[in-house]
Amino acid sequence: MNIQNLTIDTIHEGLINKEFSCTELTKAFLEKAKKENERLNIYITITEKEALETAAHVDEKIARGESISGLEGIPCSIKDLINTKGIRSTSGSAILSDFVSPYDATVVQKLRDAGMIMIGKTNLDEFACGGSTEYSFVGPTRNPHNERYTAGGSSGGSAAAVAAGTCLYALGTDTGGSIRQPASFCGVPALKVTYGRVSRSGVTAMASSLDTVGPFAHSCRDIAHVMNTIAGSDPEDSTTPEVVVPNYLHSLDESIKGLTIGIPKEYFDDGIDEEVKESVHNAIKQLEKQGATVKEVSLPMTKYAIAVYYIVMPAELSANLARFDAIRFGTKPDHTGESLEEYYLNARGEGFGDEVKRRIMMGTYVLSAGYYDAYYKKAQKVRTAIIEEFNTVFQEVDVLIGPTVPTPAFKLGEKLDDPLQMYLVDSLTVPMNIAGLPALNVPCGSTKKGLPIGMQIIGPQFSEAQLLTIGHTYETHS
Amino acid sequence: MLSEKEVNHIAKLARLNLSSEEVKRFSTQLSDILTYVEQLEEVDTDTIKETSQVTGLKNVTQEDVIDTKCDGEALLLCSPLPKERKQIRVKTVIDNT
Repeated sequence: MNIQNLTIDTIHEGLINKEFSCTELTKAFLEKAKKENERLNIYITITEKEALETAAHVDEKIARGESISGLEGIPCSIKDLINTKGIRSTSGSAILSDFVSPYDATVVQKLRDAGMIMIGKTNLDEFACGGSTEYSFVGPTRNPHNERYTAGGSSGGSAAAVAAGTCLYALGTDTGGSIRQPASFCGVPALKVTYGRVSRSGVTAMASSLDTVGPFAHSCRDIAHVMNTIAGSDPEDSTTPEVVVPNYLHSLDESIKGLTIGIPKEYFDDGIDEEVKESVHNAIKQLEKQGATVKEVSLPMTKYAIAVYYIVMPAELSANLARFDAIRFGTKPDHTGESLEEYYLNARGEGFGDEVKRRIMMGTYVLSAGYYDAYYKKAQKVRTAIIEEFNTVFQEVDVLIGPTVPTPAFKLGEKLDDPLQMYLVDSLTVPMNIAGLPALNVPCGSTKKGLPIGMQIIGPQFSEAQLLTIGHTYETHS
Repeated sequence: MLSEKEVNHIAKLARLNLSSEEVKRFSTQLSDILTYVEQLEEVDTDTIKETSQVTGLKNVTQEDVIDTKCDGEALLLCSPLPKERKQIRVKTVIDNT
């Protein structure tokens, strides 16, 4: 069967009208996933058996005349940082290469209850540390638009899985841009949610005050479908406030007339690629035609975001990754040593890759006695200043729009020898994690070389519905 | 500048076995990153309070009930080490000899 240009709605219609069975659909997506995986290295594990079992179950339900929900029978992919019961969940790391999770993350449980067909677990930078998926223990994911370029990261596998048409939606995580940046590089819409909007229970923690889970899909409508299932408070994640979850589909077609879009001038400064600037400006003009007004604003603290991030994130990460000692779970080191301490040293020395080690070292240093005030405390204060700046600007405008990434995708290997250059790729995505704000990447053109360009629509906390309305308006009028 | 001696000390604190090549490389790379983040000194933060989380939630509590979502056997299976009487056998922690 032809699986191109399908949407969650068209598959749902097709299934209930018996135009195709869920098994036929799943087989077609599995075949596509295997083919694209050979070319792009998207998946760490393809879950064929589980996918076909669930598909058969959906077909039986339809045959019995039972109703099925909107996401039931819809093929999706899950970042391998997210734990899936009975299925290998590696977090992209050698230290978890054989780890089979004994439980499901809350988001996975919700999607299972909604009848998802999981095609596979997607590739990522080890423990979500990286911006190119090159730091994975199984090697890099390549960009579906040009195999010599990276898919971005850390959720590069999830972005490529959707962009290459191997599933309808995918889950990723975003701590400093790990959903939006690969979405921008691969040319797919994707949502970084408000901190606390989606449960992180069962998702391997990277930096606990910044981590979020969110969807990639082919359209804002499909993202709304997924959000309706995964958003909401969770007793197992105490950072998820009891904020009402709207029906994200209901508001999609609302008018954007009267909306004020802020254009932060710092997001269009000299460091931003000319083709990127032009595409984003053109997209903003389209939104003006639909009745939005535009206002230039300034966020001068933007330039400090990466510095704050590279103190706060490694500090939290080094504490979170302390639990990986290959005792309760993990890969036993080749040399176990004579003492418990040697066992720890070897398990972690052998099990962690280059970037993870660098960040653990950085985090341990900034938290060590004598440096805590100078680095960590200082960064937490500047974090407040960044948040206050956003709060002030959202009194004048409804949303902000700018490029998601300063440049299109870069070549494989280009930034591997220079960690700082890799970090600076996240300069426009990190500020929203620092402030806990939602931001939606929407593809808005491509370069002359054919690489995708993305814009991000940023709003106050819990404004996801409005961001999706704007993204949907752009998609239907561009 | 982070010396190789300091890198070795931090690696010990973090329980990371590093090769001499890694120690050398991290010394340079971590120094570069530290120099970069030191630009925060430009920001006057004397009257600003720290932010450690952005939810506004305080003291989230719950009943202390036993969670049976995972059974003990399944959790023990995750360990790469030998098991004895439902416990994981590790190397000696305190040596009394």
